[in-house]
Amino acid sequence: MPAAGNTPLLAVDDLSLERGGRQLFQNLSFAVHPGHLLQVEGPNGAGKTSLLRIIAGLSRYGFQGRVTRQAPLLFLGHHPAVKGLLTPRENLAWHVSGEAQYSEEQILDALERVGLYGYEDVPSHTLSAGQHRRVNLARLYLSTSPLWLLDEPFTAIDKVGVVELQGLLVQHVERGGAVVMTSHQALQVAYSVTRLDLLRGLLE
Amino acid sequence: MSAPGTLPFCYRLLRRQLVLAVRRPVEIGNPLLFFAMVVALFPLGLGPAPDKLAGFAPGILWIIALLSNLLTSDAVFRSDFEDGSLEQLLLSPQPLFMSVLAYIAAHWLITGLLLALVSPLFAVMLNLPSQATGTLLASLLLGTAVLSLVGCIGAALTVGLKRGGMLISLLILPFYMPVLIFGSAAVQAAVRGAPAGPYLAIIGALLCLAIALAPLAIAAGLRISVDG
Repeated sequence: MPAAGNTPLLAVDDLSLERGGRQLFQNLSFAVHPGHLLQVEGPNGAGKTSLLRIIAGLSRYGFQGRVTRQAPLLFLGHHPAVKGLLTPRENLAWHVSGEAQYSEEQILDALERVGLYGYEDVPSHTLSAGQHRRVNLARLYLSTSPLWLLDEPFTAIDKVGVVELQGLLVQHVERGGAVVMTSHQALQVAYSVTRLDLLRGLLE
Repeated sequence: MSAPGTLPFCYRLLRRQLVLAVRRPVEIGNPLLFFAMVVALFPLGLGPAPDKLAGFAPGILWIIALLSNLLTSDAVFRSDFEDGSLEQLLLSPQPLFMSVLAYIAAHWLITGLLLALVSPLFAVMLNLPSQATGTLLASLLLGTAVLSLVGCIGAALTVGLKRGGMLISLLILPFYMPVLIFGSAAVQAAVRGAPAGPYLAIIGALLCLAIALAPLAIAAGLRISVDG
């Protein structure tokens, strides 16, 4: 449940990361509160994905600093985690993230919202790359986690889909959730987006 | 809406893995085919004398079962690693120990269990005395479960590597040896008419030990592999 008041969903203290002899980012400190929409920016190779993986808890070694997670999180990475041999419906119903037990209607509803109506029961490997991503994005409509970590969520999604997805992100933060995402596109939303430039630090 | 309980979640994982396997039947068929092919090779190499084959049969059957298990264990986590499902599994609020056990159970059901069930047929091909068939079946049922558990440790450690197949053999073959020793000894005892119970009990003890410890090692191995 979204924490009320001033408890951050996520706190990052003095985080530094060095990869392959290069300092990717240094002394990064920020907190993510309910209602935050945080966009991580930086050129390719700036460490955006590495930062997200550290925050999610997938990378546990090789960095300095401290990450405190106070809330259940949902992480969507570069890999869609969609099994080609399973249908979109099965992919969601038997998802390995084990976040919740979804009812049949919830799953169908989520698939319809990401534009996969009519594709519920075809093997996922027959879907296009964009539709593949959409199966994964359907998890956002089902999710109950307050903190979303999204790595390039707009990849391979068409223009209409991007607009809908941005609407969903705003809806989520307005309901007391928080989003940390990486993207090279500027968000076209009527909501204050906090931008984190990995090279310079926190910018409003 | 809350997170599913551990057991329903494990059941869900098990079902997912089994459906995935059934939709790619080659992976179920391959170890069985391998078993059949190698069994057919032995009479060619050792000569077709029935009594000679019968003497070697317990060891031959057990070694082939071990090798076909080794062949399949490499793939347990690979596709999940490649498509990102493994990351999601590590992030899930479910205990990884139990999730890993569900993966292993699925692996055992589609390799070890099937191998054990068809083994009496191959035993006939190698002229194994019929009084040992029951022991062969029982020892393979217990033993392949240990092999799956141990094999998955190697799979978890090498899943991040491009060509982990050879490394996995080097890593886990030493741990396969006790199972092989007691497994074939049980069948040999049954051939001689001696009680096979003690050997089966030792394999059962190995199984208990593996169930308790292997998932810990697998969970740690997966975390390291995904971290890299």
